[in-house]
This record gives sequence, C-alpha cells and structure tokens, in this order.
Amino acid sequence: MTPQEIAAKLKARFGEAISDLKEAPPSDPFISIQSLRVKDVAAFLRSDPDLEFDYLMCLSGMDYNNGNLGVVYNLYSMTKRHKLTLRVEVPKADPKVPSVESIWRTADWHEREAYDLVGIVFAGHPDLRRILCPYDWEGHPLQKDYKVPEFYQGMKVPY
Amino acid sequence: MAQIETIESQKTSIGKTVRTEEMIINMGPQHPSTHGVLRLELVVDGEIVVEVIPHIGYLHRCFEKHAESMANYQQVIPYCDRLDYISSMSMDWAYAMAVEKMLGIKIPERVEYIRVVMAELQRIASHLIALGTYGLDVGAFTPFLYCFRDRERILDLFEMTCGARLLYNYIWVGGVSHDLPPGFVEKARDFCRYFRPSLKEINDLLTYNKIFIERTADVGILPADVAINYACSGPMLRASGVNFDLRRDDPYSVYDRLDWEVQIGKGDVGTVGDCWDRYMVRVREMEQSAAIIEQALEQLPSGDVSAAIPKRIRPPVCDVYVRSESPRGEIGFYVVSDGTGSPFRVKARSPAFVNLSVLPEICKGYMIADLVAIVGSVDIVLGEVDR
Repeated sequence: MTPQEIAAKLKARFGEAISDLKEAPPSDPFISIQSLRVKDVAAFLRSDPDLEFDYLMCLSGMDYNNGNLGVVYNLYSMTKRHKLTLRVEVPKADPKVPSVESIWRTADWHEREAYDLVGIVFAGHPDLRRILCPYDWEGHPLQKDYKVPEFYQGMKVPY
Repeated sequence: MAQIETIESQKTSIGKTVRTEEMIINMGPQHPSTHGVLRLELVVDGEIVVEVIPHIGYLHRCFEKHAESMANYQQVIPYCDRLDYISSMSMDWAYAMAVEKMLGIKIPERVEYIRVVMAELQRIASHLIALGTYGLDVGAFTPFLYCFRDRERILDLFEMTCGARLLYNYIWVGGVSHDLPPGFVEKARDFCRYFRPSLKEINDLLTYNKIFIERTADVGILPADVAINYACSGPMLRASGVNFDLRRDDPYSVYDRLDWEVQIGKGDVGTVGDCWDRYMVRVREMEQSAAIIEQALEQLPSGDVSAAIPKRIRPPVCDVYVRSESPRGEIGFYVVSDGTGSPFRVKARSPAFVNLSVLPEICKGYMIADLVAIVGSVDIVLGEVDR
C-alpha cells in the first residue's frame, strides 16, 4: 500500500487521534499521533491484515528544542513490503508515551535507550532501566539543554 | 516443598548437607568469549542457564551527542568509522547515503561501483573475523589463523586505496576520498580468484568438523517469527529461514544490476535458525560477495569520483531514515536537519544492538558452554552496540 492509502485507512479508524499524512520530500512521509493513542495505533498497524507492520526498524527519541520531546517510529512490513513513519510529541515536563514493547519486542531496548538518553518515560514498559549510561547517571544526555556534570560519584570528571 | 526434602537427604560422604539452588554469576565484562566488554548476568541452575540479562554500555562514547556537536556533516564520518570498527566502510556508506538523500544529490556511477566493491570486500573481511573468532569460542584455534591470513589481503587492498587498514574515512558524502589506485582492479580480481579455494579450506577445517557441528547444531534456535518480532537483521535473520536482504529487497546503489543470491539457513545439520546456520549463512555470503566484487569490477565505469562532493552541506529542514545492509544486518541512520550546517540529530540504528536484544530469548535452557556458542554466533561488535 502507498503511504496515502495507509494514512486514509488509519484516519478512518482513529479519526482525530492522528494527523493527515505529511509529505515534504526529501523527508519520509509521516503521520503524527496523539501520545495517548500510540499503543492502539501500533496494535492496529501490526494486526490489520492489509497493513501487517511486523518489523519495527527504528525507534528514536527526540528533543525538538521547543519544549517538546518526541518519539519517531520507523515501521516496515516484511510481508507487504511497505513503510510508515509515525511521530509523537509530548511536553518535556511530562514526557509520557505508552510503551509498544508488547507489540514489537524489539522496542524493549530501543525504548530503554530513548529513556536513558532523551528522558522519555514509556508507560507500561516492564523494565525501564538505563541501558547505555551507568545506572546511577543523572540527567539525559541527548536533551538539548544537557550540561555535562562536573562530578560523577564525587569524582571530578576530566573533560 | 518436595525439593527441600531431597536437598536435605543429599549428604556428602562426611555428612554435610548440600544446598542446591539457583545461582547468579557474571560472565564478563572482560570474559574473552563476550567479544568485547559485554556483561551477561546469568541465573544458572547448576550448568543450565535459567535466565540471561545482558548489561551493555561499557563502550558508550556518546556518538549521537558528538554528531550533534560537529560543525558540519562530513565531520561525523570518522565517528561512524568507529561505530562498527571491523566494517567501517558499511557504516560510512550508510551515513553518507542518508545525507545524500537529504541533499538530493546524484552520485557518479563510478563512485557507486567503488562503494559496492569496498562494501563487499568489507563484508568478506568482517565475516572472516566472525568465523575465525567463532572457531576460537568453541575451541578451534587453527581456522582463526587462516581467516586472518585472508583478511590481511583485503586490508592490503584498503590500505593501498586510502592508507588506512581499519578506520578508513573513505566514503564521503557525495563521493569517496580517493580514486582507486593503479593496479587495484587487478589485485582485487586476484583476491577473488585466490579466495574461493581458501573458502574450501575453511569449510574443511571448521564447517564440517564433527566437533564443531556437535557444539553448534541445534543450539540457540531462533524461530523466524521471533526473529522478525525482535527486528533481527542480516545473517541472524536469514539463518532463521527468512529470505530477506536489503541489498535486494530495499535496493540501493547499483545492487540491482548485479547477479547474486540471498543465502538463507536451511538447517543442513540441525534445525533452521541454530548456531550452525548462522555460521553457514556467513560462509555462503562470502562466496556471493566475491561474485559481486568480480561483476562490479567488470562493469566499473570511468569518471571523476569527487565531482559530486558538495563544498558546503546545508540540507533543507527534513528528516530521513536510510538503511542498508552491513555485514551484521540493517544499519540505519535517522538524520534530522534543522536547516543549519550541522546535524540536529543523528540516530544510529545499529544491527548488533538489536540482534543482541534477542539473546535472553534464545539462551534459556542451554548449558553455559552453549551460551558461549550462541553469543559468538550473534556476531556482535560492542563498538556498535554501545555507540
């Protein structure tokens, strides 16, 4: 299916919860979704026989530097061979996004990484620990206003 | 409570009772069979693995943060080299393709062919390391030396092209840093001719070795649906019987003009998706890569390799996700531009990171010694897992 057909199908199912397909080459065409509906949309994309998005290529945490954090999902279907990009934005003060770990198991580590580096809290993730930084690290390094801490565990960081 | 009764009845010959319970042990971060600094927290019942909890991040070098703070897009490439340091060409290429897509520039044909040749040579070199060290993991030392002997020839080819043997900084946005040196084409052809018989040597030494088969067949079976659910890619996915290769199924560069076959696991000596299949897919892929190199050298057009390298890179406001097939699987770069000269966000979707995440799923119920075989068959490079 083309991105337009996929977007029309999603729009018919979810209405206001999702935006229209936004196309601006060279960007990949994408759809924005309301953060609360992420899991429903994901479950539908995965299970609908016409869509069958069974392969989550990439999940990226974003800091848009406008007071919002975000998550970008790049989906692919191994059977139907089509792609889709989803985007969700959440305010930095309350960066909660439902976890899609139960829909695509690969999201487990991707979400831990997005939590670790960007600070997005994935509600419903069974094991939301830091993954790349040490467990007791403070702050989320990929946030745009992140400052490298002067001390780690009372030791001066030579930087 | 039946278990406790048996425990109490187990007495040693000097009358001491034996406690039998699950135990937590650490494998790594400095364990030789973890291929770098990976720590596996194992819950074991005697020799049987009950649960595996991987701990990564020991090699985290803030690639993404560094990329954001670079003054321009080309400067990120040396950092890409250091992601997967034993297949740097593939990393550079994937990043370069992402930025080229943002800029919408057309790459000269010669550059495309040179990139294909380099990437396939790199695939052979990387698989040789994978196979050699895998032999080491399960106790075969000799194949390792044979693999490194052959890899040396590929490194010589890289060295004569760009001066570096490991971290090349060769594939740039819009082109490559140097044209092929005189004599490269002949030397590369010589290598392909030389390589096929030496592949047979590796097969004789290791692939069909009875001990090796005993150690790897029917171990760490990864079913196809689990592989897709965990978004495994590369040899890991293909060994599970999924006929999928980005070079063919999401074609980029000039792969559609070359004739080769995607190799999948068939369960020749065990079950589809076991360690031996993952190993064997790599062996067969090297043969295909040699065929690709020969064809690409045959079709290599002439031209200028630096004509399309932009003086200043300033993509429009956009974001792209571009993926390609590295020796380990799908390397994807999600690059976001805010219209300035330096990237707003670079996310590397590294294949080894994703492939490793399936480990807890495929290790349960095997012996600790099998775990070593399973970790080796995933072929991780920690530089890329931790970024």
